[in-house]
Amino acid sequence: MGKLKIASYWAAACGGCDVAILDIHEKIVDVANIADIVFWPVATDFKEKDVEGYPDGYIDVTLFHGAIRNSENEHYAQLLRRKSKVLVAFGSCSMMGGIPGLANFKSRDGILSRVYLESPSTQNREGVLPQTRVEVPEGELELPYFYEDVKTLADVVDVDYFMPGCPPAPHQIWAVLQVIASGNLPPKGAVVGASDKSLCDECPRVKTEKKVKKFYRPHEIIPDPEKCLLEQGIVCMGPVTRGGCGAQCTRANMPCRGCYGPLDGVVDQGAKFVSTLASIVDADTPEEAEEIIGKIVDPAGTFYRFGLPGSLLRRARNA
Amino acid sequence: MATADFEPRIIGFLCNWCSYAGADLAGVARLQYPPNVRIIRVMCSGRVDPQFVFKALAEGADGVLVAGCHPGDCHYADGNYKTMRRFHLMKKVLAQLGVEEERVRLEWISAAEANLFARIMQEFTEELRRLGPFKPGRKLAAGGEG
Repeated sequence: MGKLKIASYWAAACGGCDVAILDIHEKIVDVANIADIVFWPVATDFKEKDVEGYPDGYIDVTLFHGAIRNSENEHYAQLLRRKSKVLVAFGSCSMMGGIPGLANFKSRDGILSRVYLESPSTQNREGVLPQTRVEVPEGELELPYFYEDVKTLADVVDVDYFMPGCPPAPHQIWAVLQVIASGNLPPKGAVVGASDKSLCDECPRVKTEKKVKKFYRPHEIIPDPEKCLLEQGIVCMGPVTRGGCGAQCTRANMPCRGCYGPLDGVVDQGAKFVSTLASIVDADTPEEAEEIIGKIVDPAGTFYRFGLPGSLLRRARNA
Repeated sequence: MATADFEPRIIGFLCNWCSYAGADLAGVARLQYPPNVRIIRVMCSGRVDPQFVFKALAEGADGVLVAGCHPGDCHYADGNYKTMRRFHLMKKVLAQLGVEEERVRLEWISAAEANLFARIMQEFTEELRRLGPFKPGRKLAAGGEG
């Protein structure tokens, strides 16, 4: 068997996943020893037509980052699905919608209007909005269509593995690349490069009884570095988030934001966190509960920070 | 949005010890109330994971009722207090997701309050009929069952 052929592509993403791949540092040289990179827009000069020229199933593994925001993203998802034996939804955006998925709190019209008409730094007197086709003297130009909803990769194509993280932790990327190289692949649909226990399991903080009278945002309090952040009233998604990242955030005195997604058996991370968080509220009357819970700013945006498109309700209605 | 022939579908999570018995009594007493609710018996209203409510809405329910024992009467001492706290937070999240406040209800119904159960079902059904389907344009299965 020849060298593995791997590809990496970004759809609606920030590029952080690509950087995370480079964060395996000198091991990238080992990757080059076991694999040929046949498409990686951020690092190599292959073009779309090169990929189209490959026979179907030519690429062994594609790491696909980013959510599906527009028609170009979906086009590449379908192209790379066809050309790849194994397609990995790489990173939170691809797996659950990620940060771009927060756009599902708004409608397409609302987003376009805000960005192109209303924002204070915009000057657009003619009120021009992006068009999918426009005639210019040189010919016709084409732009991708901006979808109503942000979707996950699995919403548009069949996905073999899911690798969470914003971005996935480099030591996990390396571990996954080694598994791929060994050819000893896990069952289809598996979540790879992550633990099957919650983040709390690997968080070194001391956990005792959780009873909270007041919630704080991270900038409103200097947290005790030893004690569970949730017990200190900081909204930490650790209990409902898959571990495997090495608890990088909580070790740096910041709460878990939930980027590794829900644990096995949980469909909706946000709904699960409603349950977790409300259970530790120390209130016996509806009024007191309302007051304590009222201190939580933007609960939906916080609990679904990385996963609104992949959640049960998928988007806000009538937004 | 509301149409004259729209029959709302309601999922009711009723606790085994009070509310389910209350609903049962309503049946035994032959009280009349709209047949729009599909009841799911749970051991305690505290067992109702917010995921259940979200899933019901995502899969075709127009409204969800969670009902448990009155505060202080919980068979498990404080399960319904947990429900109450959880419900406040869940409503905030649902509001941000654009779900009308009226679609999700929390009620305390004791085993003796058959009349209250029937009245709540009456009110809730009418309210949802006014609001219209949760997913407009969604095709309802023939006969409304499904």
